Formats: sequence, C-alpha cells, structure tokens
Amino acid sequence: MELSTRTAHELHNMLVKKEVSSREITEAVLGRIEQVEGQVSAYITVTADAALAAADAADESFAKGDAPGLLTGIPVALKDNLCTKGVKTTCASKILKNFVPPYNATAIDKLANMHAVPIGKSNLDEFAMGSSTENSIFYPTKNPWNLSCVPGGSSGGAAAAVAADEAIVALGSDTGGSIRQPASFCGVVGMKPTSGRVSRYGLIAFASSLDQIGPLTKDVTDCAMVLQSISGKDPMDSICADVPVPDYLAALKDDVKGLKIGVPKEFFVQGIDSDVSAAVWKAVELLKSLGAECGEHSMPVMEYTLPAYYILAPSEASSNLARHDGVRYGFRSAQATDVDSMFQKTREEGFGPEVKQRIMIGTYALSAGYYDAYYRKAQQVRTLVRQSFEEAYSKFDVLITPTTPTVAFGLGERSGNPLEMKLTDVCTIPASLSGIPAISITCGYKNNLPIGLQIMGKHFDEETLLRVAYTFEQNTSFHKNRPALGRE
Amino acid sequence: MKLSKSEVEHVAKLARLELSAEEADRLTTHLNGIMAHFEKLQQLDTEGVAPTSHVIPMQNVFREDVTGPCLTAEEALANAPESSDGYFVVPQIVEV
Repeated sequence: MELSTRTAHELHNMLVKKEVSSREITEAVLGRIEQVEGQVSAYITVTADAALAAADAADESFAKGDAPGLLTGIPVALKDNLCTKGVKTTCASKILKNFVPPYNATAIDKLANMHAVPIGKSNLDEFAMGSSTENSIFYPTKNPWNLSCVPGGSSGGAAAAVAADEAIVALGSDTGGSIRQPASFCGVVGMKPTSGRVSRYGLIAFASSLDQIGPLTKDVTDCAMVLQSISGKDPMDSICADVPVPDYLAALKDDVKGLKIGVPKEFFVQGIDSDVSAAVWKAVELLKSLGAECGEHSMPVMEYTLPAYYILAPSEASSNLARHDGVRYGFRSAQATDVDSMFQKTREEGFGPEVKQRIMIGTYALSAGYYDAYYRKAQQVRTLVRQSFEEAYSKFDVLITPTTPTVAFGLGERSGNPLEMKLTDVCTIPASLSGIPAISITCGYKNNLPIGLQIMGKHFDEETLLRVAYTFEQNTSFHKNRPALGRE
Repeated sequence: MKLSKSEVEHVAKLARLELSAEEADRLTTHLNGIMAHFEKLQQLDTEGVAPTSHVIPMQNVFREDVTGPCLTAEEALANAPESSDGYFVVPQIVEV
C-alpha cells in the first residue's frame, strides 16, 4: 500500500514503531503531488524544502525518543489564508499575492512545535469567499473524483489535496460551510469546531464572528487527532474560550445506543437531489439499527438563515477588508497620485469581482439609514436561529442533515448564477450562525461523486459528533474509497 | 427598495473602490438581485428580539498589562510596498 494513501493514525503508529520514517512518508506525498497535481491544482505553493526539513526534524525527535505529538512527521496541507512565517500567504488574491507573514497562525505554531510536516499552501476562493474554488486568482482546483467538477469551496484545495492523497491531513477554514461543503464534494471528513474552540489568530479575517479553523481528513480518527492538536485557549484570540480540551481520541466509540438523533426536515430543501436525501435517510436508519433513537424535527426559522448570512458575513467582511489599503503590506497600485487614489485604485485593482461584490453589500447594509433594515434584522434572525437550535438540543443530542443539497457540480456551471451558487451552502450556514460544531462525512455516491452527511452538535460537544461519525464509519466502508485518479 | 447606479457609486466611494462605469452597471444589477433576496427577512416578525453579535457567552476577556514579544521594526516593514527610515511611505498628504 502506498504511504500517501494511508491515514494519519496508521502512519503515526508506523512512525512510533519505527517501521517508516517521516522522510519516506513526505517523499511519498511529494511524489504523489508530482504525479497528479498537474490535473488537480490543489496547491498555490508546494513547500517541498520546508517539508523535508520538518520531516528530518521529526525523524530526529523520534530517534531521540521524545514523546511524539499526534501529528509529528505527518504531512499537512494548509489553506492559503493561514499565516505561515516566511512562506507566502496569498488568500488567492492579487492584493496579497506577495505577502510573506512575519508570524505563524497559532494553529500552525501548534503543528510546527510537534514537527508536523507543512507540505504546501492549498488553493481557495479569494479571501475564502465562494463555494467552488473558482474564485481563486491563480486557477480553479478540480475535484479528484471527476476532474470536470468543482471540489467545492472555499477550502477546495485542502479537500482535494486530502482526497487525492496529495496530503495526509489538511487545515481549512469555515465561515458558512467552507470546510464541510468541500469535504462533502470531495468525499473526505471535514469539521467546523465550535466557535472559540480553535484560535483564529493568524487566520486572515473574513467574517470574525463566523470564521473557524478546522480539520479535513481521510477518516474520523484523523479528524479527532487534528482537532486535538489545534484546540485550546490562546491569549492572542480573545474569543478563543477557556474551556478544557477533552481527549477526543477517547470519544471514538463504536456505540450510539440510547443517543437521541434529530432530523430537521427544513434541511431537506426544495431542489434537493433525491439520491442525496435517500442516502441521508439510509444513514439515519443505520444509526437507528445500531441503537440510536431517531426522530423528525422542525426548525421553521431555517428558511431565513441564507439571507441573514448573506447580510452578516459581507458586513463583517467590509469592515475586516478595510485593512487592505496598500500601505503596510500587499499590493499597491502604481497609478496612485494621492492618498485617496492610492486606496481606491489599490483596492479596485487588487480585489476580484466576488470580493468587491461582498464589500459593496456589506458597506451598503451597514450604511446610515439601512443598518436597522438589514444588519440589525439579520442579527435578530441570528438570535432566533440560536434559540431554534437550543430548543432542538433540549430533545436531541445531535442533528443529522445532508451537508449539501446536491453532489459536486460542473466547473463553470454555477459561476454565472450567484444565488444558485450560494444555495449550496444552505445546509451548512445554520451551524455557522449559531456557533455550534458540525462535521461532514461521506454517506454514499451519485454518479461516482460523494454525498455528504452533516452531524451537528451542542456547543463544545465535539465528542458526541465524533462518536456518532465514528460509529457510522465503523459500520460502513465509504471512508475507505479513494478516487481512481492516476491509478486507472 | 431599488438601488440606483449613483447610490452604488456612493457606496463604492465609502468602500474606497474606484469602479469602472461598466462595473458600476454590473454591480447595480447584481446588488438589486441580492437585495431582493434579503427582502424575505422583512416577512419575519422580530419585534423585541435581541440581536446576536457573538455566539459564545463571554465578555470582558482581561489579561495582565505586560509587554510580550513583538515584531521588530524591520519585520513590520518587510511587506510594505514602500518604506524609508523605519516608516511606511505614502503619497504626500500635507502641503508643505
């Protein structure tokens, strides 16, 4: 079995037993990148030298007999909106095309401290704004299951890299579904942890009350390992909560007996693919047969979450992106004649169309006279969404829904229709608005494209999510499938 | 509520974006489409509902007021499009 196809937990055990070196693993992954990256385009930057140096450091640490971290010696892809000291971090935008951060994001530091192997910076929609990775200024990433389809987004490069064995695990970021939706499209596991579980320090800001860093992995055990490695309080992010980090690997139990699972019908939206819906119900039936108590539920306010999100996220973005002004870092227009024209021309030339649209929506929604009608209204809807989840969790331990209403769509198919594009996030946005954790795992296929199952839980209860996802995985074999790419 | 092109241009000015005429036209159409979608929210009665700005119940996160490690001036300026003598350089603002 090729090393690049293995999971992090398999490789961790092999490394501990000295059956393999991190250098061998890293070279295998770099070899796989060489083989398929030309077709997939998962990366903006491949950091082969840094990866091999980290691999050697990991091997040295194993040789010395240091207590290894969970990801010591494991190749990790990093979404290119996570600041990496000395390595270009572009956000797939012209405005940050040559930005070299002078510091690491906290999550990156945690990985670096345990000698995880940074294999490269993965592609994304510009500033994480999009659902297909087609909004990257570099190139679109392709879905490894079908190269004419999108990988989802915005963490499309991270999801495709893991699915194509161009990385063992990856870190992405999720604002309205940007980890879960590409995980679903690429047939990998993706988790958005609870808001405040993982430090956002060094994650280039999009919408601060929604942004969260999280894992994309080949299976649920790997998801627990990555989550364990990046969680915990950080003085550099004041909303990163002082809540103890449990042992997530201990939460991996093949047992759902007595767990109460709710299935909210509003997530089976109009226009949902009937095969997606059938696969999700089949998964619910399986969990029921394993002893879970499953019941239908109704959350009527869900139909208002999409418009609320598309006011709140751009509003926060319009404020956050004000910092990109051509003064301290990034691109500056050569056409500037005075300070005002420097700001305006820099931003006009530096941002792509989707980013400008969102800045415009946000600026308008926050402007005098419209604030109450849009921004405040959306924040009130957010309260109702939170309350709706609180009510659901008084009856259920977790909620199960599709991750996306359809499987991956074709490249270019929805880029002309922004509202249709945004509909792909309709099932993932509610968890973002209420800050609860949610995980996507594969529960079937349609036309050889993966179908995602979303499990949502209570604040800071990632353990129950992992337990349900792990049980499903132990009783199915979807997570063992890989795209044929390069192995036909 | 319908946005005119001149309103779009005003918003662009607030956002420090210098739109081309063609872009202003495109954005006017686009924003009106999105705004129509937002109208749905007006159907929902939110009288007396407190707005949520942050989802985790925490406030006033304090720390000791002590200096920690920080970037050197050189590191802080390393990404500047233009710098000189330890300063960021911008086009002239004040008449001399």
